[in-house]
Amino acid sequence: MKKHAEPKPRPRPGKFGKYGGQYVPETLMEPLRALEEAYNRFSHDPSFKKELASWLDGFAGRPTPLYLALNLTRHVGGARIYLKREDLLHGGAHKINNTLGQALLAKKMGKRRIIAETGAGQHGVATAMACAALGLHAEVYMGSEDMDRQRLNVYRMRMLGAKVHPVESGSKTLKDAISEALRDWVTNVQDTYYLLGSVVGPHPYPTMVRDFQSVIGKEARTQILREEGKLPKKVVACVGGGSNSIGIFHSFLHDLEVDLYGVEAGGESLSPGQNAAPLVVGREGVLHGMMTYVLQDDVGQVQTTRSISAGLDYPGVGPEHAFLMTAGRAKYVTVSDQEALEAFKTLSELEGIMPALESAHAASFAMKLAKNLGRKDSIIVNLSGRGDKDVEIIAKHLAQ
Amino acid sequence: MPNTSHNDDRIGAKFRELQKKGEGALVAYLTGGDPDPKAFLANSTALIEGGADIVEIGIPFSDPIADGPVIQASSMRSLSNGATPLGILGMIRELSSQFSVPFVILSYYNPILAMGLDNFLKKARESGVDGIVVPDLPVEESDDIRNLALKHNIDIIYLAAPNTSRTRLRTVLDKSKGFLYLVSLYGVTGPRDTLSPQALEAVKTVKSLAKGKIPVSAGFGISHPEHVSAVIQSGADGAIVGSALARIVGNHLDDPNETETQLKKTVQSLKSATRLRPG
Repeated sequence: MKKHAEPKPRPRPGKFGKYGGQYVPETLMEPLRALEEAYNRFSHDPSFKKELASWLDGFAGRPTPLYLALNLTRHVGGARIYLKREDLLHGGAHKINNTLGQALLAKKMGKRRIIAETGAGQHGVATAMACAALGLHAEVYMGSEDMDRQRLNVYRMRMLGAKVHPVESGSKTLKDAISEALRDWVTNVQDTYYLLGSVVGPHPYPTMVRDFQSVIGKEARTQILREEGKLPKKVVACVGGGSNSIGIFHSFLHDLEVDLYGVEAGGESLSPGQNAAPLVVGREGVLHGMMTYVLQDDVGQVQTTRSISAGLDYPGVGPEHAFLMTAGRAKYVTVSDQEALEAFKTLSELEGIMPALESAHAASFAMKLAKNLGRKDSIIVNLSGRGDKDVEIIAKHLAQ
Repeated sequence: MPNTSHNDDRIGAKFRELQKKGEGALVAYLTGGDPDPKAFLANSTALIEGGADIVEIGIPFSDPIADGPVIQASSMRSLSNGATPLGILGMIRELSSQFSVPFVILSYYNPILAMGLDNFLKKARESGVDGIVVPDLPVEESDDIRNLALKHNIDIIYLAAPNTSRTRLRTVLDKSKGFLYLVSLYGVTGPRDTLSPQALEAVKTVKSLAKGKIPVSAGFGISHPEHVSAVIQSGADGAIVGSALARIVGNHLDDPNETETQLKKTVQSLKSATRLRPG
């Protein structure tokens, strides 16, 4: 073999097929390089891994149970439905898995000012918690519309010592909060760490956040094998940016007999502007630093989204999901606002578990699937968060 | 019809012409279709009559992550009046048939992708566009558009920032055509009262690596004639002014004549500041 042949172009890291990449202003290329380098170093460092594991266990409450929802199973009359109880984590959602990982990394990198975006407020709260625990300063960008509908989380962030910046631009939701956080980062690159909350944005975020969230699937796979002695037929999770779903999917990717379902927000309908389902009704595009599926009009302007759940209200999606869909490994479907509300009610009344409206989307679709499976089969739903934050919205809808 | 059979290199020619006269280039920006097509055409005319050497026209995008509040607002005005990439190319065609200044387009990547890279560049060339800047497309992701831009004789203008490493700077300088767009500060676009502390140092570093092979123009936060003369005297071949002009449009929405007058006057004073080259 010739040693000094022309270097062949090899796929750049951070690409999932054609998706992913780094579509960002030039000023961010250097901090992204530094982040990638630091992440590659620390993610292989045994002492970093040990420290993170200790935070996840002692502070966040890992491992979470895989709970057999017997009442729900009997009610549906099909496969045994297991709930991966990420709702039991500190803060009430899976988000803490990622914020502890990244906050620890930021600290190792010597960055003390942490910025984050948040939609429903769960990532903002999880960021504020991790930063308080690790002695870092958190500033969170949140769309003013989301601040109205998730007031409780705004209070929580402030009480945890974080500064919350209302975002008034564009649609005043998650998409604009990400844009504003990116603008802050471009301005303060030298001392600031951007703690992105989902598997979106430029490389290395989709890979790094997935790695931090993959603890969900690692545990779930071991737990189901212990309980059932075999793999589940299907794994179901909701998809906004897609971090809880990638987190639970990842350990099952090579188990080809396990069907993976990502559930997007069907909102009011599948007409433009009435949902948040880029994989189901969007098309390829570039948003927030990544090539992925985007809800957009004919000339490439990003569309506004609509969902009862603020955490799914995003016109883009993690690039690895775009890859899994086009490669045929995972299927993506929608559940409407109304169906999610019904699933919230069912789960609350039958199981005594109030799911986040985001996770209620996954539960709703899982019930449909379970019905058509045998009683010896099992299905796992990632219950990514608890519904306390949503009680006001739900009370309003149930009253109507 | 512009000749598409060979590269006219109109941007390069403009820089060479100015260099002979001992001047820097004033690159003046407006968001296409802001606030409406008619006013935009009149405002662009005011820039050219005021002495802009190169006119840079933005294709508005719903999520402009590199832009501050002024250009965000101008993009929203334009979009809410129904501007589309094709519509703006039509406006550029009108301008390029009347005026001989080079035209540069600034567009985020998604609207270009939505139209199709080849189709976008072909139509841009037919409209008299000489160069293109894509603020969210670093050199690593841009092989496709660079090859097509070459085919359509459109200069692809890359950006460099104060924290761009020397290795990357060499690549960016090597691949950039027309000129290199130097982001002179850490931050988004927007008018600033003072020049950033990084600006002059960044100009000197990039100029020394460019070795005269490609002109370097500084932008972001360049708002006053003093900023323009400072970057030109530090060796920049051009200064790019955007938000300071877009702000004039936003401030006089109810008085189009006043907008034109102010734009022309501002461009005149910015342009005079490019004539202060040392030596």
